Amino acid sequence: MRVGMVCPYTWDVPGGVMAHVRDLAEALIADGHHVSVIAPAADDAPLPFYVTSAGRAVPVPFNGSVARLAFGFLSANRVRKWLREGRFDVLHVHEPAVPSVGLLACWAARGPIVATFHASFQRSRAMSVSAPVLHTALEKISGRIAVSDAARKTLVEHMGGDAVLIPNGVTVGRYADAEPLPGWGPDGGVIGFLGRMDEPRKGLPILLDAFTRIAPDRPGLRLLIAGPGDAGDVLAKVPAALRDRVGILGMVSEQDKARAYHSVDVFCAPNTHGESFGIVLAEAMAAGAPVLASDIPAFNKVLGEGKAGALFVTGDAASLAREAAALIDDPARRATLSAEARLAVRKYDWSTVARDVVRVYETVTAVAAGGVEEEQATRVPEGARATGGEAR
Amino acid sequence: MTATTVILVVGVLVVLAAVYISWRAGRLDRLHIRLETARAALDAALVRRAAVCMELAASRALDPATSLLLAAATHEARTAGPEEREHAESDLSRALRAVMDQERFRERLAETPAGPDLVAELDTAVTKVIYSRRFYNNAVGVTRQAQRRWLARTLRLAGHTEVPSYFEIDDDEPASFAQQS
Repeated sequence: MRVGMVCPYTWDVPGGVMAHVRDLAEALIADGHHVSVIAPAADDAPLPFYVTSAGRAVPVPFNGSVARLAFGFLSANRVRKWLREGRFDVLHVHEPAVPSVGLLACWAARGPIVATFHASFQRSRAMSVSAPVLHTALEKISGRIAVSDAARKTLVEHMGGDAVLIPNGVTVGRYADAEPLPGWGPDGGVIGFLGRMDEPRKGLPILLDAFTRIAPDRPGLRLLIAGPGDAGDVLAKVPAALRDRVGILGMVSEQDKARAYHSVDVFCAPNTHGESFGIVLAEAMAAGAPVLASDIPAFNKVLGEGKAGALFVTGDAASLAREAAALIDDPARRATLSAEARLAVRKYDWSTVARDVVRVYETVTAVAAGGVEEEQATRVPEGARATGGEAR
Repeated sequence: MTATTVILVVGVLVVLAAVYISWRAGRLDRLHIRLETARAALDAALVRRAAVCMELAASRALDPATSLLLAAATHEARTAGPEEREHAESDLSRALRAVMDQERFRERLAETPAGPDLVAELDTAVTKVIYSRRFYNNAVGVTRQAQRRWLARTLRLAGHTEVPSYFEIDDDEPASFAQQS
């Protein structure tokens, strides 16, 4: 299948949507599809072979923050040229309600269009205000995908209509093998945590409490923490005698994240609530780390009710301490959990997720007469008609 | 010195003081009026700028992404509460700059039927925001100084009027304006 994919945010700066587009595109290519992505990018930016630049992204205030977007006649013309030359069977636009190339592509194309909605927000007055502009473009979308329940809820509330839920995937291969970080495990005593240190619902305080309970009896036990937040605040919650057994990495790169998963004997996800899908959990499982997680419904499901990872009572430090101690003292069980986790996580691999996305493509193309075409009516912006349009 | 002379001198002093105080109070009152007028002019200029931006966003002369961007920023500015207003108006200035500073944007807009008028109106609106904000902030400065004086504070000449605050926004005009002039 020939797929044209549109990413509204600049390719130069890593971000959630950009990573999603990249991983999905690569999974589809690996599956034998032809994929071409158009995204804002500096003209001299190094781009993978499947990415076309829609022009330089400009930082502009949008929806309360500054986003790097591409808009204007120049980008519109590039999108149009890309559409014409791509001869796509289906056009897949990400975040079409953002004023960038996604919206431009919806506007300039006719045919089977699929859109994925990522963002969830409470406040999106802008969305309803400029409804006329948006509506024309969004009405052309025949299949809608939401990446999370929250994104789906936003969509239903602000635009009406429903969407199918297809969550983010994990590129299992990226985490499967990595060199452990120097000075860390796995040596039988390292417990790991990854996530915002200062966000209570990620549950770090519960883990620190549990660590303080079991560490005095186990001299080899250490804690490895990665994620944004203030290290001083974290250490203040640990008794002084135990502080040198807590390692704080702060923000880590993608590579170091994979290495961190390979440096632990138990990976702990003590989230109290809120995770619609434990992406961090899935990554740790892909790395084969034995997992110990709170028994919130999402984690329970990902871990196969405890088959692919141990569970403790959500929010209960005593329960966490008990389970962690049991796991640390039982290398055989850790080995079993690790093997089970590697097996269970395949369900969340991008290749599986991409298959669901292809099903959406097939659904919208099955009834369409042809592929994606350029919408002639929008070919020349009214203003430029007098001078011969896109020749500039 | 007789008692009569003393009474006379005191009387004259009291009259002089009264005249001085009422003159100061009158001045403060005039400053407050000037401030109110400047504030109204600034509000009018901001509303006018928002209106022209909305018209431009709805003009179909732009691509939909640019339209949406401008419409969103305008809407935020128009609906912002007093606390968020400076922030929202600054965002509108930035969005407008990003839109207007596109390559050959003015030329392309000028080619549309409504284009030349819109461009002229926008230039005026943006300039008037800059001017009226400067005048308002001047008025704020003078008024604050007058309110802070010993006499005004002791005798509460300003009454219950609050200390006016400056209106601080980013209102730099698009680069294409500067090139023009």
